[in-house]
Amino acid sequence: MENYMKLELLAVSENESFARSAVAAFALSLNPTLTELSDIKTAVSEAVTNCIVHAYANGGENNRIIINCKIEKAPVYSPFSEMEGERRGILHIEITDFGCGIDNVEQALTPFYTTLAGEERSGMGFTIMQTFMDGFSVESKKDAGTVVRMLRKIGAWDKEEQNADVRERVDA
Amino acid sequence: MKISANCSRGVLYITLCGELDEHSARQTRIEADKLAEKYAHANRALFDLKGVSFMDSTGIGFLIGRYKTFQRLGVPAYISNPTQETDKILSMSGVYTLMPRV
Repeated sequence: MENYMKLELLAVSENESFARSAVAAFALSLNPTLTELSDIKTAVSEAVTNCIVHAYANGGENNRIIINCKIEKAPVYSPFSEMEGERRGILHIEITDFGCGIDNVEQALTPFYTTLAGEERSGMGFTIMQTFMDGFSVESKKDAGTVVRMLRKIGAWDKEEQNADVRERVDA
Repeated sequence: MKISANCSRGVLYITLCGELDEHSARQTRIEADKLAEKYAHANRALFDLKGVSFMDSTGIGFLIGRYKTFQRLGVPAYISNPTQETDKILSMSGVYTLMPRV
């Protein structure tokens, strides 16, 4: 079963919290754990902040960010299947801007690398997206924009993960 | 993001409450530096992050920036009570090497 949503918003910093909360809310149908939700929110926040701070750094009006999300639900195979319902799936997130693009993507992915050294930027945005998500790619074209694609597996994906997952729920 | 401070026995307690992202960091940065100047006589500064419900990499930049402010004033800075989520980001970015967790 699949589900999707598309969100278009203005690239202003007020929308950062809206964007991450909206994606997290969309993911709720997979019944994510708090850790999964928090990872998703953080990764989305990083990508959207990049659009606002870097892609549209030159100003201009009507700067758009488009967020596409898709959920792929997978059948649950475990003895917990009845209890867990459909708690096993993949959340795909695609965040697109039409800004200045990234000169050197490889360099941009380096931890602590930032083009705005004077502005207290940590340079950890892409590193956090890569660490918190299960899949990550970035495609950028000079003066045309950037697309960040991420995916996150939700729920139990193999026996070991499943046990850890049950432990997390019992502990919580 | 709410920021408040109180100084007792030479320890400056700075309490942050709310979501720390690029949007909220702008104002919080200014307020934090005002507090740092005001309490520059403190022996050490302690950031209490218990109330921080969300933080992304902007938070790392924010904390490193405040570390620099306090370093300039000769006040060592520390972090306390991060939530599990905040701790994950702070650990991976090495902030604790500058501002140890107490």
